[in-house]
Amino acid sequence: MSAYLLRRLLYAVPILLGVNLLTFLLFFMVNSPDDMARIQLGAKYATPEAIERWKAGRGYDKPMFMNTQREGVACLTDTLFVSKSLSMFAFDFGHADDGHDIAHEIRDRMGPSLAIALPSFLLSLAATITFALLLVFFRATAIDFWGVAICVMLMSISSMFYIIGGQWLVAKLWALVPISGYAGGLDAARFLILPVLISVVGGLGAGTRWYRTLFLEEISRDYVRTARAKGLSELAVLFRHVLKNALIPILTGVVVVIPSLFMGSLLVESFFAVPGLGSYTIEAIQAQDFAVVRAMVFIGSLLYIVGLVLTDISYTLVDPRVRLG
Amino acid sequence: MSAAFPARGKRKPERIAPVSIPAPRHLLAFHERIRLLAGWMLACALLAACGPLPNDPYPMAERGRNILYSSFMERPKHLDPVQSFSENEAVFLYQIVEPPLQYHYLKRPYALEPGVAASMPVIRLFDVDGRELGDDEPERVAKSVIEIRIRPGVRYQPHPAFARDESGAPLYLLGEGAWAGEVADIRSPMDFAVLDSRELTAADFVYQMKRLAHPRLHSPILELMSDYLPGLKSLHVALAEENKKHPDAWLDLDLFPLDGVEVIDRYSYRITLEGLYPQFLYWLSMPFFAPMPREADRFFSQPGFAGRNLSLDYWPVGTGPYMLVENNPNARMVLRKNPNFRHDAYPCEGEEGDREAGLLDDCGQSMPFIDEVVFAREREGISYWNKFLQGYYDASGVSSDHFDQAVNMSGQGDVSLSDDMAARGIRLVTSVSPSIFYLGFNMRDPVLGDVGPDAAAKTRARNLRQAISIALDMEEYISIFLNGRGVPAMHPIPPGFFGAREGEAGINPVVYEWRDGRARRRSLDEARRLLAQAGWPDGRNARTGEPLVIYLDTTSAGLGDRARADWLAKQFRVLGVQFEVRATDWNRFQDKIREGNAQMFFFGWNADYPDPENLLFLLYGPQGKVGGQGQNASNYHNDEYDRLFDRMRIMPDGPARQAIIDRMVSTLQNDAPWVFGFYPKSYSLQHGWIKNRKSSDIVRNGLKYQRLDIATRDAARLAWNQPVRWPLALVALALAALAAPALRNWRRHEQATARGEQD
Repeated sequence: MSAYLLRRLLYAVPILLGVNLLTFLLFFMVNSPDDMARIQLGAKYATPEAIERWKAGRGYDKPMFMNTQREGVACLTDTLFVSKSLSMFAFDFGHADDGHDIAHEIRDRMGPSLAIALPSFLLSLAATITFALLLVFFRATAIDFWGVAICVMLMSISSMFYIIGGQWLVAKLWALVPISGYAGGLDAARFLILPVLISVVGGLGAGTRWYRTLFLEEISRDYVRTARAKGLSELAVLFRHVLKNALIPILTGVVVVIPSLFMGSLLVESFFAVPGLGSYTIEAIQAQDFAVVRAMVFIGSLLYIVGLVLTDISYTLVDPRVRLG
Repeated sequence: MSAAFPARGKRKPERIAPVSIPAPRHLLAFHERIRLLAGWMLACALLAACGPLPNDPYPMAERGRNILYSSFMERPKHLDPVQSFSENEAVFLYQIVEPPLQYHYLKRPYALEPGVAASMPVIRLFDVDGRELGDDEPERVAKSVIEIRIRPGVRYQPHPAFARDESGAPLYLLGEGAWAGEVADIRSPMDFAVLDSRELTAADFVYQMKRLAHPRLHSPILELMSDYLPGLKSLHVALAEENKKHPDAWLDLDLFPLDGVEVIDRYSYRITLEGLYPQFLYWLSMPFFAPMPREADRFFSQPGFAGRNLSLDYWPVGTGPYMLVENNPNARMVLRKNPNFRHDAYPCEGEEGDREAGLLDDCGQSMPFIDEVVFAREREGISYWNKFLQGYYDASGVSSDHFDQAVNMSGQGDVSLSDDMAARGIRLVTSVSPSIFYLGFNMRDPVLGDVGPDAAAKTRARNLRQAISIALDMEEYISIFLNGRGVPAMHPIPPGFFGAREGEAGINPVVYEWRDGRARRRSLDEARRLLAQAGWPDGRNARTGEPLVIYLDTTSAGLGDRARADWLAKQFRVLGVQFEVRATDWNRFQDKIREGNAQMFFFGWNADYPDPENLLFLLYGPQGKVGGQGQNASNYHNDEYDRLFDRMRIMPDGPARQAIIDRMVSTLQNDAPWVFGFYPKSYSLQHGWIKNRKSSDIVRNGLKYQRLDIATRDAARLAWNQPVRWPLALVALALAALAAPALRNWRRHEQATARGEQD
């Protein structure tokens, strides 16, 4: 296992370098340091001198990949790419182009994002799996038919509708929870009920249909027949045997997103005014803030790699035949 | 599967009442679990819905307090007064720091008055030989000396930067004072145990002016101000050199002189400008020139502070009516009354109608009236609007999405509140913004521009621009795309500014004529005539027959932009002219404008101060984008206009200046470098419990004047937000109704034999 983890860790280095390079290329294909300076300084009175000063102050006055003014290794290292990328690997994200500390910002916004994403994720998982198992239990009956029909209906509705409709109905018409906002500590609960509920309902249709398909495939296996032959109740068969054997595809889709949960959700956080990380990257792209974009892309890639490794590890936990070596 | 179970024969099973069958253990447990879960969920929901107002987004502790609730959409980028230059930052910063001057809250046209200055600055003018001049010789002025005397006894907000130990050394300065603490638990300057204050002095103003040249701060007005205060440029060079030597060290600005700025005594300082710059007084009403205590600059430069966002850019320090006590730009920012704020009396004079509107009721009362102002971040207009209707925000703008809900518009364009809004006691406040949106022609363009080989060609191009100006019906545009929230522009100067004429004298005679007491757009026949004179009869080249194609360079092709483009195409079609949109991203669009490659484009300008100079300079030749990198995006150049501008710029307001402005405006109207689009109108809704609120985009320190009727607000919130709990029971019942057949089916399934018979 440790050898496997070490190998995966080493694989991550070129992947992260590649992601960094790609982000760098894509960003500077669309934006130039001059454009960034203009955005930061504002359209009014951004003179060429001010732009040059800003670039020099932020280190954007260096050549992209090759500094012909320098000699030796410095011609490669004293460049925009290296100076802006290497620190990432030491988790030193530096300052955004408007001056705020990126690590501080991420720490501040991570909590609210998790406060929504974690309960949404867990409740959604529990609800979809339970609902899917129930549909499988009632397979080929009217309940299954109407259950699938409801799922299709839930899938067909835009997530925006759930949010706006939920806010209108529960928060405005019934006045049961605040429309939007956030508070720390236990007070957060009343702000989170509605977005979590909406996230669960919004994801119920697609999740249920996916898991139902997985469970239906399992239900016709021999071990299920054997379990029934032993006299186990159908509930025990479903929850104790079918669910366990269908876990590999479930884990494949689920574990990989766990580390990324703290990155938040753009839509839900925007409508419910939750100060999470969901909009951080988008806002940075709009503000042409390369420092934030590269940091968030780097963290996103890293978390995805961690998620994949965790998925592999989780396989060994649910299937004794899988060994990592 | 059936073979695994013993056959029970073919007899019909006896129907046994369910109660008589002992349910399997796991079945009972499941039932219990379901019941427990349902009960728990219901309890949670009811718990959430309990309390006085379950949808109140604010903490219980804030109820009944004198707090104004507002919101912000974009996080402020800079709160350091030397950098901040955006409207969304001004909302906070103007309440915290106090420049020497301010605008009178109620008077219109806008008038400057002393802010933290004791009186209006004394300005003395000198010629090149050092002889003092009067106001009547502006052209001879070589130097302007401005002396500002500030109010004595003004004190800064409580702040740890002012805290001192028994020996008088700064308490919270690593290595110098008694303090050697860590900043690990500190998130705001308010978290320090000892906060202190000191009196404002003239040296603080000089210190702040030096910060304009600070190489790490990138003040947006450094270049502009250096033209009048060359000392800033040399100071910048000196500081940049020092910064190179000590890139991480604090730069003590007291060690570097700023030529042209000096402290006269504890309460006075002097600024010497090159030449005459009357608009400088307007700049003195902006935070760029607000005082900065050296202690605060030193305090925030300590190691470890920037990494915790403890900086002047996050936590401005000032003498204003409010101080920033919470700064979470992603969620909430809170201003609290500055306990050290001096006595500042509410004005007793205003413009016509202010007394009737109750805006003078608080005459002479000490400000500020509101204890705390909470700004919550709302990224979506729909949440903001609904919370306003619930009474959780005290005021709101009117977006297009909710316009019909909020405002009734008559056929004549008169606006009034909708019945629903009026019933809630909401008031509508409107004002014309100090801005202009226009459709610019690139004067370097071979078709529309002023680059023809001879005078005749230039006249033809001008005729074409005039024809387009007539054909683009701005009244219709305002009605369709702005819900009437705009005033058609006749020239660059918005109403309310000196130089803007009203009535018949104020119309653009090229595009409008005065008939029946109002301005009416000239007919399309006139536009067609001009088009023919331009060499494009019916939109085709008179010589070659080629169609005329006009291109609009713009930034994107969103849904709203598409509708606008369709509308423009329709307007051009009436003249027989083809119209195409060249959409690109923001950066490339800016490149096109800078390089003079656009043909026609939408642009806007928010005035920095209420002086015609700040708008007419947008068409001043040396300000051309191409070559000058200025703000003249049309690259318009007219020697006569430039000459008049040079004169107008330095003149005091009066008939002579008005006469020159009239000539400049007339030149512009005739040359038509812009289709003068519209001056936007700002619509603001406010609840009845908020008093003394006067709409303005120029007066930005308006919070101290406002007052709240808390009792009315609490009563309204209570009436408007009574929770409706019965739907919860209905939802529970509906779920139960849905679950019942499933449960029955499941029980039947569990009790069935292998052959599908029930046990």
